[in-house]
Amino acid sequence: MNRLEKALAVLCLPLVLLSASCRKSPAEFAKNLQEELITAKPGSVIELPEGKFQFGRTLSLTVDKVTIRGKGMNKTILSFAGQKEGAQGLLVKANDFTIEDVGIEDTAGDALTIQGGTNIIVRRVRTEWTRGPNEGNGPYGIYPVECKNLLVEDSVARGAADAGIYVGQSENVVLRRNRSEYNVDGYEIENSENVDAYENVATHNTGGMGVFNLPNLPRQGGRHVRLFKNQIVDNNTPNFAPKSLGPIHNLPTGTGIYVMAIKEVEAFGNRIQGNNTVNVFLIHYKTGVAEGVEETAASSEITRQIFAPEDKRYYPFVQQVAFHDNDISGGGKSPDGRIEVMKQMAAALGGGLPDILYDGIVDPAWGHKGENPAQICLTNNAAASFLNFDAAGSMKHPVKDLRKYACKLPALSSVSIPQVTDAPVGGAAKGVGSN
Amino acid sequence: MEIEFWMKCIKRNAMAPLGLLCLSGMLGACGSSKPKEVRFLGEEPFPKKLSEWNLFLNTRGGPKPNARVVPYDLNTPLFSDYANKYRFVWMPPGASAQYRTEGTFEFPVGTIFAKSFAFPVDGPAREERLIETRLLVHARSGWVPLPYVWNAQQTEATLRIAADPVNVRFIDATGRERSFAYHIPNTNECRQCHENAKVMLPIGPKARNLNKTFHYADGEMNQVAYWTKTGYLLGAPSAESIPRAARWDERTDGTLDERARAYLDNNCAHCHQPGGSAGYTGVDFRLDHFELSHAGECKRPNSAGYTGNLHYDIVPGRPEESILLRRIESTAPKAMMPQIGRAVVHEEGNALIREWIGAMKTEACGVVAQR
Repeated sequence: MNRLEKALAVLCLPLVLLSASCRKSPAEFAKNLQEELITAKPGSVIELPEGKFQFGRTLSLTVDKVTIRGKGMNKTILSFAGQKEGAQGLLVKANDFTIEDVGIEDTAGDALTIQGGTNIIVRRVRTEWTRGPNEGNGPYGIYPVECKNLLVEDSVARGAADAGIYVGQSENVVLRRNRSEYNVDGYEIENSENVDAYENVATHNTGGMGVFNLPNLPRQGGRHVRLFKNQIVDNNTPNFAPKSLGPIHNLPTGTGIYVMAIKEVEAFGNRIQGNNTVNVFLIHYKTGVAEGVEETAASSEITRQIFAPEDKRYYPFVQQVAFHDNDISGGGKSPDGRIEVMKQMAAALGGGLPDILYDGIVDPAWGHKGENPAQICLTNNAAASFLNFDAAGSMKHPVKDLRKYACKLPALSSVSIPQVTDAPVGGAAKGVGSN
Repeated sequence: MEIEFWMKCIKRNAMAPLGLLCLSGMLGACGSSKPKEVRFLGEEPFPKKLSEWNLFLNTRGGPKPNARVVPYDLNTPLFSDYANKYRFVWMPPGASAQYRTEGTFEFPVGTIFAKSFAFPVDGPAREERLIETRLLVHARSGWVPLPYVWNAQQTEATLRIAADPVNVRFIDATGRERSFAYHIPNTNECRQCHENAKVMLPIGPKARNLNKTFHYADGEMNQVAYWTKTGYLLGAPSAESIPRAARWDERTDGTLDERARAYLDNNCAHCHQPGGSAGYTGVDFRLDHFELSHAGECKRPNSAGYTGNLHYDIVPGRPEESILLRRIESTAPKAMMPQIGRAVVHEEGNALIREWIGAMKTEACGVVAQR
C-alpha cells in the first residue's frame, strides 16, 4: 500500500463505517425498530427508511412527544402479513405523538391504534389490506380511541372490514383531506364530541360515513359534529364484514352518510351521490342495530330477542341534525335489503328509495309537539328526495314533504385544536348549491 | 416446595462446571467468604445481566435465593402457556410494604419482584429449562419492567427489552407433546398489562391473592403472616379479616362462582378495569368490584372487537353463545383474549368459564329492558 492508498484508506474508513451503520438491512431495521420505539426519548424523531419491512408482532410506543416519520405512504411500508402475535400493527399510548408518511399493511387486527393520547397527528399515513375487500381483513385502519386534540389528515385507508378511518370516544377532532375506499365503512365517528370532518373522500366503501353513539362504552354523549365539503360518492362495495364483527355486518351496501342516536350534527357543502341504498340515513339506534340482530342472529331464540340497550346513560334518539346546502342526488337506485324495514319500504316504493331517509322515531318525552320535534332540518340539498318512513308508527304515516323539515338550526362552531392553524372559517360556510 | 423445585431446575440445567459459573459472574457468592447482598440497581442504565442484582446465589445445594429474597405464590395466577412460574420479592433493609385490602399493597421504593418462567425439558421428568426472569423494580420514578432472557446453557440471563420468541417443546402433565413459539413480552407489552391510567403497578401481590399457606424452607406459614413476621408488611389485620381469592383449580375451594371470578380477576382484570388497557371497552372483571353486568352479562360488544358471530359477551346459561368464551378459546391474533401473553389455549381455565356460564340461570338478554 503506498502512501496515497494509506491516506485514502484512513479517509474512507469512517465513511465506510458511517454508511454501513446508516444502511441497515431491512431485516435488521425491522428487528431493531421495536427496541428503538421503547428506548426513544421524549422529543425524538424516529426516521423510517424507504423500503418494505416485515413484522410478525405488534409494534408499540408509550413514550410521549415522539414523531415517527417515513419517506412516504407508498415508500416506507410496514407489512404485517402473516402476523403471529398481537392484533394491532402499531399500538400507540402516548401524548404529543405524530406519525407521517408511512404505509401500514395487512395487519391481523387494526392497523394503527392510538389509545388515550392528547395532541395527536396522523398525516399522510396509508393503512391497507392489499388483497382488497375480504372478510378476513382487520376491522379498522386508523383507530384513535379516547384521544383529545386529534388531527387525521391527507391519509388513505383501504380494505378495512369495519371502518377505514375511525374516531371513538374522543374530543376535539379534525379529519380532513383523507381518502377512504374499499372499506366496509369509510369513516366512523363514534361517541365523540367536537368533530370537524371536511374535504374527505369516501368512495367504493359499503357505507361512506357514520356519525353515531353506541351504548355500553365508557364515554357517552357524543355530539357537535360538522361534516362539510366531503365527497361521499358511489359507496356500493358489497358489505364484506364478517358476522363476527357485530353490527357493522348490518350496514346496507350503498349507504352514504348515516347519523344515528346523536344530536348536534351539521352537514353542508358535501357532495353525496350515487349511493345505491340511500344517500342520507337519519335513525334511532334501534333502526340501525336492533333490527339487524333479529335478522342475523345465528344462535338460539334467547339471543334472537329484540335488543334494547340497558345502558341508562345512553340516549338512542337522533335530534338537532341539519343537512343544508349539500349536493345530494342519485341515491337509492338499488337498495340492499339487509335491514328488513328498508327492504319492505323499497318493495312498496317500486324498488328504489329516496335520497334522504328518516325513521321518524321521536322521544315520547318530547310530547310530540309540532311536526318535527326532533329538529331535523333539511334545506337546499339540490333536488334530493325525502321520506320520513314513520318507523315508530309501523310506517302508517310516512311524510314525503320536505317543507315540513325546512327549519334552520344555529350553525355549529368550528373545532379548534392546537395542531391546526389554517382551519376554514366555521359557521355558515358557502356550500355547493348555495346562493 | 416450589422453591426447591426451582433450585433443582437451575442445578440440573446448569451444565457448566461450577467454576465456569463463577467466572460468568452469575452466582456472586462463589469463592468469596463475604456474602454478597442484593443490589438495587433501579436507575438507568439498568444491569445487562441478571446476576448483577445478586438476587440468586450458588451454594453446594445449587442456586438459591439470596438472603431476604422471599418466594411467594398466588391463589389463582395468570395463565402463561403452561409455564411454571417462580415468584420472589425483595425489599431494602428496613423498608416495608403497607397492607391494602383492595388492590396491590403499597410497596416501598427499592422493592424488587422477580418472576421466572420455565418449561419442562424432554427426558426424565421434573427437569426444566428457564426461559426468562422478569423483574419489576420500584425505582424512584416508578415501577420499571426488566425482562431477562436465559441463555441456552442456563448460566446467565440478559436484559432484552424486545426479545424474539423462543420455541418450546415439552410433554405436559397429561403426556401430550406441546410445541409452540413462546413470546417473551417486550417492555411495552409489560406496560400493557401493568399500567393503569399510565401508572405502572404490580398485579399479583394483593391481599386476596397472597392469603394462602406457603412451604418455606423453615416451615409452612401463611404468606401474609410471613411477610409481616419478616418485616416486609405492615398493617395487616387479623387473619380472618384478610380477603382471600379462591383457587381457580381446586373444586373444594370456594364455589364455582368464586373460582371463576378469581380466574377472571387474575387473567383479565388487569386490562379490563377502569384505567386499564381495555378500560375503553366498558368491561370490568375486578374481583372486588365484580358485577355480572360489567363482566359482560347481556352486554353487546359494539365496536370494541371480534364477536365470533355472537351478540353478547355473556349469555347466562349459554356458554356457546357467549363472546367471552369464544375469545378465550381462540388463538387467532385478532380474536383471542388475552391479546398478548398467550400462545396456547388454557383448556382447564376455559372449562371453568364454560361451566360457570352454563350454571347461570338461563336468561334472555335484552328482554328486561323491553318491559
